[in-house]
Amino acid sequence: MTTPAIELVGIDKRFGSVHANKDVSLSIAPGSIHGIIGENGAGKSTLMSILFGFYQADKGEIRVRGTPVKIKSSTDAISHGIGMVHQHFMLVDTFTVLENVILGAEGGRLIGPALAKARKDLTHLAEEYELDVDPDAIVGELAVGLQQRVEILKALYKGADVLILDEPTGVLTPAEADHLFRILSTLRSQGKTVILITHKLREIMAITDQVSVMRRGEVVANFATKDTNVGELAEAMVGRSVLLRVEKTPSNPGEVVLEVKNLTWRDKKNVPRVDNVSLTVRKGEIVGIAGVSGNGQSELLDVITGIAKATSGQIIFEGEDVTALNDPRILRERGMAHVPEDRHHRGLITSFSAAESAILGWQHNPAVGKSFHLDQKAVIEQTRRQMQEFDVRPADPFLKSAKFSGGNQQKIILAREIGSNPDLLIVGQPTRGVDIGAIEFIHRRLIQLRDQGKAILLVSVELDEIRSLSDRILVMFAGRIMGERAADVDEREVGLLMAGVQEAA
Amino acid sequence: MSQRGELPAWVDIGLIPLLNLAVAFLVAGLVVLIIGENPFTSIWILLSTPLSSLGGWFNILYYATDFTFTGLCVAVAFHAGLFNIGGEGQAYVAGLGAATPGLLLGGILGAVLPHGISQPITLLVCLICSFAIGAFYGWFPGYLQAKRGSHIVITTIMLNYIASSLMVYMINMVFRPVGKMAVESRGIDDAYIMSAREIGRAVGVKIPASPINPTVFLALITAYLVWYLLWRTKLGYEIRAVGANTEAAIYAGIKPAKIIMTAMAISGGLAGLVAFHEVLGAQHRLVLDYVQGAGFVGIAVALMGRSHPIGIILAALLFGLLYQGGTDLSFANQNINRDMVVVIQGLVILFMGALEQTFRPYLGMIFTKVA
Repeated sequence: MTTPAIELVGIDKRFGSVHANKDVSLSIAPGSIHGIIGENGAGKSTLMSILFGFYQADKGEIRVRGTPVKIKSSTDAISHGIGMVHQHFMLVDTFTVLENVILGAEGGRLIGPALAKARKDLTHLAEEYELDVDPDAIVGELAVGLQQRVEILKALYKGADVLILDEPTGVLTPAEADHLFRILSTLRSQGKTVILITHKLREIMAITDQVSVMRRGEVVANFATKDTNVGELAEAMVGRSVLLRVEKTPSNPGEVVLEVKNLTWRDKKNVPRVDNVSLTVRKGEIVGIAGVSGNGQSELLDVITGIAKATSGQIIFEGEDVTALNDPRILRERGMAHVPEDRHHRGLITSFSAAESAILGWQHNPAVGKSFHLDQKAVIEQTRRQMQEFDVRPADPFLKSAKFSGGNQQKIILAREIGSNPDLLIVGQPTRGVDIGAIEFIHRRLIQLRDQGKAILLVSVELDEIRSLSDRILVMFAGRIMGERAADVDEREVGLLMAGVQEAA
Repeated sequence: MSQRGELPAWVDIGLIPLLNLAVAFLVAGLVVLIIGENPFTSIWILLSTPLSSLGGWFNILYYATDFTFTGLCVAVAFHAGLFNIGGEGQAYVAGLGAATPGLLLGGILGAVLPHGISQPITLLVCLICSFAIGAFYGWFPGYLQAKRGSHIVITTIMLNYIASSLMVYMINMVFRPVGKMAVESRGIDDAYIMSAREIGRAVGVKIPASPINPTVFLALITAYLVWYLLWRTKLGYEIRAVGANTEAAIYAGIKPAKIIMTAMAISGGLAGLVAFHEVLGAQHRLVLDYVQGAGFVGIAVALMGRSHPIGIILAALLFGLLYQGGTDLSFANQNINRDMVVVIQGLVILFMGALEQTFRPYLGMIFTKVA
């Protein structure tokens, strides 16, 4: 057996209360392409950042070609022959390709000799690895795929034997991605080792030799790519955690509250992030949208709630076309409440007091003051009531929002949105980063709301949550709805849909 | 960075500003030492002379009035996450709003109404126009920021220069009466705010000479109104939401572009009140350069006062003391001229503003050890 190119042994890393990497061990064979797959937040990027010297592991050892090494900075990593291509390129847009390549390896006060050497080396590298880029082009003027090539060249120029690519295809068109894979195979055939981080199963299947699956900071499975399949990987990725079953009666759906027709939303690069989505939500039912995160769920919620403007399609809320409205405030007033996916960046304002966060979005509600006036007493009073009803601890309306635990922050938000007595509640990741006790509480409240005849649209990356709460399940992949299933659907089947495999048996 | 915000409140709003102030004085003392003067006597003169006479106190209040307006101006923009460097220009241009109604409307009203009625009406119009013109001059960079993405720091600085040239032109070519040598308008007698001394004389009380006038109360009322706006109105809530977390504000249905323009208009309007105070309360005519750096001092005042109206009033008083003390010091010591005082003030602003965070990590360390 050959010595592994890279070996990670018992890597452990915490950020405050977040356990980003739990005792991770990984072995990467030289001259192979090793995929690391997992959902966003599974700890892939943290692990690679430790390998590349951005973070220091709390515990554990890194071995390069069998020798234990300490990697304290990216300079250390590069000196051990490790190169990284970041998701967001680390390039100077106004520099030429050549200038970017020698960045950090100028080799003296005068850059002339380095530039001349780099020009020569670049010609070699271009021939060897199918990495043609005009060395004198300005980087900012190059297409994204070419910019990525510059990043790869940069790493190779500095003598990288092991190349880490972090979500490399996220910004690429399919054709560019194919070219990238060709480059990666050439690198492999020349004896280089490639670590590919991604959450796209297809890429793993297409290009890797080995694959490690990460979930919640742990490596949960290792496969040889040829011995596994998309379904198995999807299942490993999503996991089968302890089932949190919620008591609920069959739903009794009433009239349609929300109807979305052929909705499409394109980002600035004209990529359709929400692609021709149609769905309905009725009174008295919970419709769950399952999917690996980053498949357009966030964008779909933004468009429905008026934060982003639909590129095409229709949103009909309570019989009225609200597509052109594009105003969260009016939608709220009409009875559409929204628990956002990201509570720290959206759900509340961490520097505000709990009471101030508890009216976010509802600051124009007459209950908290007439015309321009904001009635401090009414706000505090209302917050106290909501805190009591939702068991927020500590029940102190004056405490800064940042000082509450994740679960209590989420309860403040839920209390605010449910407290507004909405007709439709849109919930994104209601229990992300929330403790078990709060999860149960939140689930019960959502079911209770459904039983009161409210419509709920739920987005979660936790398949268990979707399965235990929803009456109908929609699966989203690459911006599209892959299919609809009943709540008692087989987990494996949903897993396949989540991986983009259309017709499961 | 976990130390941020972890300090007890009294350290944050009390100890850190005082520490910064002490260091500023220390460095200023070194500068005084370099030019061969005794730093201790200098600082003693600077601090004690203005405080030892009633006239000195009045002058402090007079300066503090301007600084309160400009401090509030910076604070309102700051709460919206904007750094308004343009208080100087906004206060200067607003002079047009302060002077014009006084010169035109005052005479007309005075002809048809008794003096006791026409004066207050004219003053009220002047007040509104000062605010409005300042507001326009603040709104404009706000518009450029919100709709065009031009950075507000750059645009407000450039608009300060434009204001300066514009006002030289306006005062010289439009407001200066034909045949008058001095570059200034005619006296604005129809919108005249009496000084404390003049009011005292009218009721038979002797009050020391000082430009202090009832506008100082307007400053206090304005400070209260700004507090009310920011913490007791929906608009204030939205301004603070945009400043604290724009993404959350968008989620809450707030339109950041609208809030940026509104906050900048209010900010500019507050700076405009300096014109009302200076032109009608102190100079009684439109003159050149009456703002005298108050717009820039406002930045330090707002930083030191933590953008809270009460803090701003206290910081404005401190800077009023430095201004008045500086003048007294330059009288007492020939070697320390007005420019030297500007150096001292500059150091205070440097330590209060740019280097404000210097001591925080160390204090944070001390406090985590103690606790």
